[in-house]
Amino acid sequence: MSTVRVENIKKTYEKGQVLALDDVSFEVKSGELFGLIGPDGAGKTSLFRILTTLLVPDAGRAEVAGLDVVKDLWKIRQIVGYMPGKFSLYQDLSIEENLNFFATVFNTTVAKNYHLIEEIYVQIEPFKHRLAGKLSGGMKQKLALCCALIHEPKVLFLDEPTTGVDPVSRKEFWDMLDRLKARGITIVVSTPYMDEASRCDRIALIQKGKILELDTLEQIIARHAQNLYAVDADNRYNLMNDLRKNTEIVSAFAFGEEQHVTLPPHFQDEYLSAFLKEKGHTGIKVRKIAPTIEDTFIKLMLENQ
Amino acid sequence: MTKSVIHTEGLTRKFGDFVAVNAITFDVKEGEIFGFLGANGAGKTTAMRILCGLLEPTSGKASVAGYDVYRQNEEIKKHIGYMSQKFSLYENLTVRENIQFFGGIYGLTRKELREKTAVLIERLGLNQEADKLVGSLPLGWKQKISFSVAILHRPKVVFLDEPTGGVDPITRRQFWDMIYEAAHEGITVFVTTHYMDEAEYCDRVSIMVDGTIAALDTPSGLKKQFQVESMDEVFLQLARGAKRGE
Repeated sequence: MSTVRVENIKKTYEKGQVLALDDVSFEVKSGELFGLIGPDGAGKTSLFRILTTLLVPDAGRAEVAGLDVVKDLWKIRQIVGYMPGKFSLYQDLSIEENLNFFATVFNTTVAKNYHLIEEIYVQIEPFKHRLAGKLSGGMKQKLALCCALIHEPKVLFLDEPTTGVDPVSRKEFWDMLDRLKARGITIVVSTPYMDEASRCDRIALIQKGKILELDTLEQIIARHAQNLYAVDADNRYNLMNDLRKNTEIVSAFAFGEEQHVTLPPHFQDEYLSAFLKEKGHTGIKVRKIAPTIEDTFIKLMLENQ
Repeated sequence: MTKSVIHTEGLTRKFGDFVAVNAITFDVKEGEIFGFLGANGAGKTTAMRILCGLLEPTSGKASVAGYDVYRQNEEIKKHIGYMSQKFSLYENLTVRENIQFFGGIYGLTRKELREKTAVLIERLGLNQEADKLVGSLPLGWKQKISFSVAILHRPKVVFLDEPTGGVDPITRRQFWDMIYEAAHEGITVFVTTHYMDEAEYCDRVSIMVDGTIAALDTPSGLKKQFQVESMDEVFLQLARGAKRGE
């Protein structure tokens, strides 16, 4: 069963001059943790705002829990939790006041649904009298999640909840999402961090308003096999320049301390070793590797340019 | 020996009883790309604000580009560049206007401004967009322009606060090409990031935990020290030991 259904959604801004979403369709199954992976400007926020009834699409239709996002907006608002990318709580209310406010607006109490937020809330509870505007980034993020959960939503929409968050806190945040998912909440989450794709059941890779791919991480990577090599040498600056100037090479991008080099299908690693030796490199290391999701995203971006 | 562009000794900043930055000591050498990492709340922003001449330390020593952070903070501001994801350019000015505005602030002459603006627009491949409002451009472009503007006055050191957050994987790498180029031309780069693969691109990396510098070395040195394969694992080992909440 699908909890979210998006059909041929189109959205433009500036009197049609800026195309934010271009014929986007997908479905999110009930109880699924679904990731929208793409950079700033991909159209992720427009999509979230349409699904949470805050924005009307130019064309196409969308449903959340069987309700139409345009016709049934009041019903949808009662059953979704939304955490916008931009911090949108009341800065001049305290942690406790914000939480009580959101509970009251949804006609419930903090006590009634405390079990849902307890694990997250205990981490910020020692500061419950502090104004939301005076909190650090990580604490704001936790409070926003509590406020989005307090009315026990069926579907949770999280727009870039981990942007600007350090790697340790990011891992903790995804652990929290796993536990919310175990309670049966359907979660749609967006992120610009490619490594977080592995935490989702299925992902959509999105760029410039279009979905480039949609499936499980493993399937997407498998579908876009590349003849890929990790390459390193003593002089990395020259290595990068030499690889880029070689027109036989499909692409070369830095990945940490190595270069990931895509060769045409029939080329072997000996080709790279010989080429780099000829260029006078020392300490040459070449090994064949399987692509990561970031390699795959780059390949798709290049193909769609 | 290469000289230091940033030098700190026992640098400390307290807010009431809270020690945000606790006696940090380190040097950044001329032309180096220095990665300044740490968990949210570890004290990075406070340290960076001191080094940019925006906040006075409580105790300890620090100098940037040869100027003292206590007495010469106005000189520091003139000799550094700064960009972050939050503050970069004026959205309601065009690309050209932004370049001229910031160049003017940094004291470039009319002639220099004209020449540098033309060169920069050409180099960024923005001839088509030069007279468009910055607000209408994709984030990746804004960040590239913003970085170019931050080094327009050839500062001794440029501070980059999470410059690539949210940027697509190709643009993120092009941005690092620009960083390399600037370092190659002798500009020291002081950069914070939450992308651990970017930590690998730095000459040296420091990791702050609870207000102190818990580790400082080359990426390969750190990996050897912690006996792990990646900077991500180095970071996890150190930051998991943090006691301080945010």
